[in-house]
Amino acid sequence: METSPDSAPCLLEVRGISKSFGAVRALQDVDFTLRAGEIHALLGENGAGKSTLIKVVTGVFPRDAGIVRLGGAEVAPRSSKAALEAGIATVYQEVNLLPNLSVAQNLFLDRQPMRFGIVREGEMRRRAKALLAEFGLDIDVAAPLGSYSVAIQHVTAIARAVDLSARVLILDEPTASLDRHEVEILFKIMRQLAGRGIGIVFVSHFLDQVYEISDRITVLRNGRLVGERETASLPRLELIRMMLGRELAETTSARAPASEQQVREICASFEGYGKSGYVAPFNLELRHGEVVGLAGLLGSGRTETARLVFGAERSDQGQAKVEGAPVRLQTPRDGVRHGFGYCPEERKTEGIVAELTVRENIVLALQAKRGLYLPLSRREQDEIAARFVKLLDIRPPDPERPVGLLSGGNQQKVLLARWLATSPRLLVLDEPTRGIDVGAHAEIIRLIRELCEDGLALLVISSELDEIVTYSDRVVVLRDRAHVEELQGEAIDVSNILAAIAADNSAVAQEGRP
Amino acid sequence: MKGLPPVLITAIVLVAGFVLCALQFPNIASTRVVCNLLTDNAFLGIVATGMTFVIISGGIDLSVGSVIGFTTVFVALAIERWGMPPLVAFAAILALSAAFGAAMGAVIHLFDLPPFIVTLAGMFLARGASFLLSTESVPITAPIYSTVSDFALRLPGGGRLTAVAIIMLVIVIGGALLLQLTRFGANVYALGGSRVTASLMGVAVGKMTIRIYMLSSLLAGIAGIVFSFYTGAGYSLSAVGVELDTIAAVVIGGTLLTGGQGSVVGTFLGVLIQGLIQTYINFDGTLSSWWTKIATGVLLFAFIALQQVMIALARRPAVRPAGATS
Repeated sequence: METSPDSAPCLLEVRGISKSFGAVRALQDVDFTLRAGEIHALLGENGAGKSTLIKVVTGVFPRDAGIVRLGGAEVAPRSSKAALEAGIATVYQEVNLLPNLSVAQNLFLDRQPMRFGIVREGEMRRRAKALLAEFGLDIDVAAPLGSYSVAIQHVTAIARAVDLSARVLILDEPTASLDRHEVEILFKIMRQLAGRGIGIVFVSHFLDQVYEISDRITVLRNGRLVGERETASLPRLELIRMMLGRELAETTSARAPASEQQVREICASFEGYGKSGYVAPFNLELRHGEVVGLAGLLGSGRTETARLVFGAERSDQGQAKVEGAPVRLQTPRDGVRHGFGYCPEERKTEGIVAELTVRENIVLALQAKRGLYLPLSRREQDEIAARFVKLLDIRPPDPERPVGLLSGGNQQKVLLARWLATSPRLLVLDEPTRGIDVGAHAEIIRLIRELCEDGLALLVISSELDEIVTYSDRVVVLRDRAHVEELQGEAIDVSNILAAIAADNSAVAQEGRP
Repeated sequence: MKGLPPVLITAIVLVAGFVLCALQFPNIASTRVVCNLLTDNAFLGIVATGMTFVIISGGIDLSVGSVIGFTTVFVALAIERWGMPPLVAFAAILALSAAFGAAMGAVIHLFDLPPFIVTLAGMFLARGASFLLSTESVPITAPIYSTVSDFALRLPGGGRLTAVAIIMLVIVIGGALLLQLTRFGANVYALGGSRVTASLMGVAVGKMTIRIYMLSSLLAGIAGIVFSFYTGAGYSLSAVGVELDTIAAVVIGGTLLTGGQGSVVGTFLGVLIQGLIQTYINFDGTLSSWWTKIATGVLLFAFIALQQVMIALARRPAVRPAGATS
């Protein structure tokens, strides 16, 4: 029963699902098939559309197009509660149970065994104990759920879902906060449930775990279906190519040969820099006029590196130097003071202030750098805003427009402008082209190159490997929260990066994490 | 087992306080004083029982003091001026206050408003309405009032367990059973844990919210009737600020202000602690009665600080790996 044959009955069929949020197309014509008794991994980088797909299937988001069939009958739940009633249960990374109630109450909330209007506490506990025993748990079910570890809470959530006669169980990053031993318990339970004919969707970014547990893999990228494969016959390199690569043909040719050999001045350097449990110590040199790309899978430590470099996270080892002089980078303020800028990945939550105008967003960092007592006059603000709207071609060219009304690409430009206004020496860009349409994509890349030619040092994170290849002078490859390889010059191409990412590392996979 | 449950701490404080008071004034340790304490705080115990449900569910009800005030005025006028039979007047005011609470609950749920604001509006509304009915104190002379006031179970030691004290004890016990033993009670805790999660798990959040505030206002109405028995009059300024005493009793009783944890028994102990302080001050005779407020304030601070410590302790084991729990 380890792998389910193709002949297994089709349990959940998703056909032609599309979903847009405003101008952003989060899902385009996606198919997904889950067979009874199989463990099916749903993979993709950030923004690939995994969560959106789950939320559309479980009725959290309404869908724009497509159908969902469960056991042959079409279903269209309007809420996750309705989905649960239909037999599709989701257990999120953040356990959706009530930590203040007892384990037994959590399992039987709103369906407790009753007699004469009174909850039969003893009977409920007995049933709860029996239910959890099926999952190999023997705990005091009268204790509050919050007093147990996350792993037990996960198992409780799964037990509740299964007991509510779920036929499809969606586990969204269930292992993210579990240790190795707990993961094994969870996997045992998953196999057991699959053996009972329940279809399990397993969303995770730990590839070793995916290979360990799943029968089949579906990969999404940029809201589209890349393909469905049997795990056993899918080499790791091929999987990573599916997750990251685009049309590989166009890649290396687009690379700018212009600035190759000249030795550039070091802008900032990091020696043995790191934070235990966050990113392993690394050496990194950033030079003026050079783009360094950070490549790796989701969770490999790319964003973590960027945050350390900027000072958004405190390092606990190593030495940072700016223009050769040792510096302390402990807070974002330190970063700003040394002329660093950081455009985070989560534009909406960490970057732009949607209600403020383009002008106000652009002057934000500059004002912060100058301090509260040296306000920028309105005239200065207008000048700066006008200059960057023109320079970066922000459209519509209206500095008084609230940023929230701009397209993703233009929001990204406003963010860039905010940091450029502070005349930084180093700019860190985390996924600068995420969620941006193709035209704006090229434009952002052009901007990155231009900035670089003006002597700025750039550290760019991207999941789009061909993009990284296009603009990077050097590429640092990360895996399991460590820098594993640095590619230069001719060596920079997509297949080399893929090879570095895919190098087998099952031994270190779990131990590297906190 | 990590530390003492908050209720137990409240019980220890009460017993220790009682022993200390009894050492100084041996007369305090008599059924007479204890029964008086129950009688004097009967209305507080009733309204605090309702408030316990509201606070455990993650809400707050600021309107209860005004509902008590309105009830006393309404009952006095209905019996004395409008010629209603007392029992009809009681039924009418209870229906009215239950409807008032249901309306506040509905507004909180439907418009997704903070309970603080909605019940604050309810507080002004009820207080204003009672002034509209009458601005002066209306004495109640109906025979049932003297009957009820005279009724008491005589206890050994000279104590008289009055009718209002009995009503309060029945409500406290009933409330405790409702909270601990029924599905309604479990849902109250669920709501206090997280409204979103509770709704995902199938709890009818809207219906629950309406019922919880209905219960609180209904009990405030009963407390109002009890208050009119106690004072023998209806007055629009009665029970001003009682909502705050009530919240204090609930919190001292170990209920988390953020919801999700607490008990009716604890609240009852909290009411008794406040009553004990008042009794001590009466016995002393030289202290200003405002010392009650100061002592209550100090106790409140102590209990809130204690709760924060308990929460911090409760969070810690969650990060330990599986198997470490017992």
